[in-house]
Amino acid sequence: MKQNIFSVVRNRFNNGHDVKDKKNQNIPKDLLFKCTRCGSTVFMDEFVHNGKICPKCNYHARIGARERINITVDKGSFIEFDKDMIASNPIDFPDYSEKTKGLREKTGLNDAVVTGEAKIRNERIVIGAMDSNFMMASMGSVVGEKITRAFEFATENKLPIVLFTAAGGARMQEGTISLMQMAKTAGAVSKHSQAGQLYITVMTDPTTGGVTASFASLGDIIIAEPKVLIGFAGRRVIESTIKQRLPDDFQTAEFLYEHGFVDMIVERSKMRRTLAHLIKLHKKGNLEGVTDNE
Amino acid sequence: MSDNITTAWEKMQIIRNKNRPTALDYIPMIFDDFFEMHGDRYYGDDHALIGGIAYFRGLPVTIIAQVKGHDLAENQYRNFAMPHPEGYRKALRLARQAEKFGRPIICFIDTPGAFCGVEAEERGQGEAIARCIMEFMTIKTPILSIILGEGGSGGALALGVCDELAMLENAIYSVISPRGCASILWKDASKEEQAANLLHITADDLIKMQICDYKIEEAENGANTDPHYTAENISKFIFNSLQKNLQKRLDELLELRYNKFRRIGEFETQGL
Repeated sequence: MKQNIFSVVRNRFNNGHDVKDKKNQNIPKDLLFKCTRCGSTVFMDEFVHNGKICPKCNYHARIGARERINITVDKGSFIEFDKDMIASNPIDFPDYSEKTKGLREKTGLNDAVVTGEAKIRNERIVIGAMDSNFMMASMGSVVGEKITRAFEFATENKLPIVLFTAAGGARMQEGTISLMQMAKTAGAVSKHSQAGQLYITVMTDPTTGGVTASFASLGDIIIAEPKVLIGFAGRRVIESTIKQRLPDDFQTAEFLYEHGFVDMIVERSKMRRTLAHLIKLHKKGNLEGVTDNE
Repeated sequence: MSDNITTAWEKMQIIRNKNRPTALDYIPMIFDDFFEMHGDRYYGDDHALIGGIAYFRGLPVTIIAQVKGHDLAENQYRNFAMPHPEGYRKALRLARQAEKFGRPIICFIDTPGAFCGVEAEERGQGEAIARCIMEFMTIKTPILSIILGEGGSGGALALGVCDELAMLENAIYSVISPRGCASILWKDASKEEQAANLLHITADDLIKMQICDYKIEEAENGANTDPHYTAENISKFIFNSLQKNLQKRLDELLELRYNKFRRIGEFETQGL
């Protein structure tokens, strides 16, 4: 009985929210980091110092596309492609032009993906990173075109390509044109693959929807960062279909690894090293040593 | 053809009619000796997506189709035409077989979307669709796709990578269901009508955008009022399109197929 009285008081203090539900607590944004995976709260300094990884549960939080490229490639080696490409408003969707314009100013990004060529431990590669700060990294014409051109450049120049994927899905503001970007990018992946070149996908938080159902799932090697969200359908959509709450680990990197859709889960601090090794392993080699006959 | 059904919303009311013909209704009207093939060879047989072999005016073809039901029991059996990964893997298996035996492929699209569920995620719904889309791009035989009613997002596109895409006059093809769009945009799913008319998802819209190649005429007030008339028009489209595409060299066919999708997209360059 006593416990019940306490919980009534506690609930009043929290406006009806149970204090155990840490995800609903109000936290000053700049000072503290609240993990979306485990709900823990840590000092922002500690979180940033830890490479934007939750020190409690190892959730690899989102980082921007330029930051991602910076920590991955050799210093000063990145040459950006198509950096002036911006979205138009092909179906005159209300507020879309204003939204993209506002985001360009706010984020310093022209759309949701940054692509280019670079070197990683002196090996030339094509690289792309999606950025969830720009309309949740949804894929419209600009993302579709830049990814496609990156693959075409890699095919022509016989280069491996590494893509850090993130996406809320296809960009509904461009209607069916966005849907077609799935086919366009998958076609470009196919040409690159047929040319015998290596494509490594690194799935980051969150990789979902039409991007999962196109180029993100088509890598020769698929890597994921720990604890990130990966899936096709949205969690809430599934929950409302089956009328049940889903377990916390549903659609995590670990869940996909367990079900055979991810080759390896790699910590952010080891990503550059791992990519460099894998790229080197895909170069032609010669059998060394003497003949093993008597 | 009816001139009074013009908006996406009006068309959606027509295609929601439970008597609207499905692929299973059209197949005997258009093809002879249909043999259904079952299973993806990995997990199971999906009833939402069927496939098989038949004659089209004497020519052996492979048919791949999403199938809705006419009543609740049939819809439950067909999972409301929402395929699981095994459906897409069956589609790909049958497409590879068609390629091996040099049969053209006719796809009938009619789905609200790929199924959203726990098992679908566990078995890799995203991967299954992605693989279908990529592999269809290079299948060395002509592929025609016809949207009969709903062309719902990636689940529809998995059968939509083709040499020619036709839509029935009242069909729609959309990146997101108008209901889903409304609930994201206005946090109100009941504004579905407004969303439907915003998204540019009718055959006329998509022909303008060069995403759809042909509109197939239905009987007045919808295909259900005269299924044979619609079947005849579908048959004409298949005949004309096959005649044209079977003449092409395979390398030319694949290049044209790649470019059909490669050129889609609208963007600007800043500063110009």
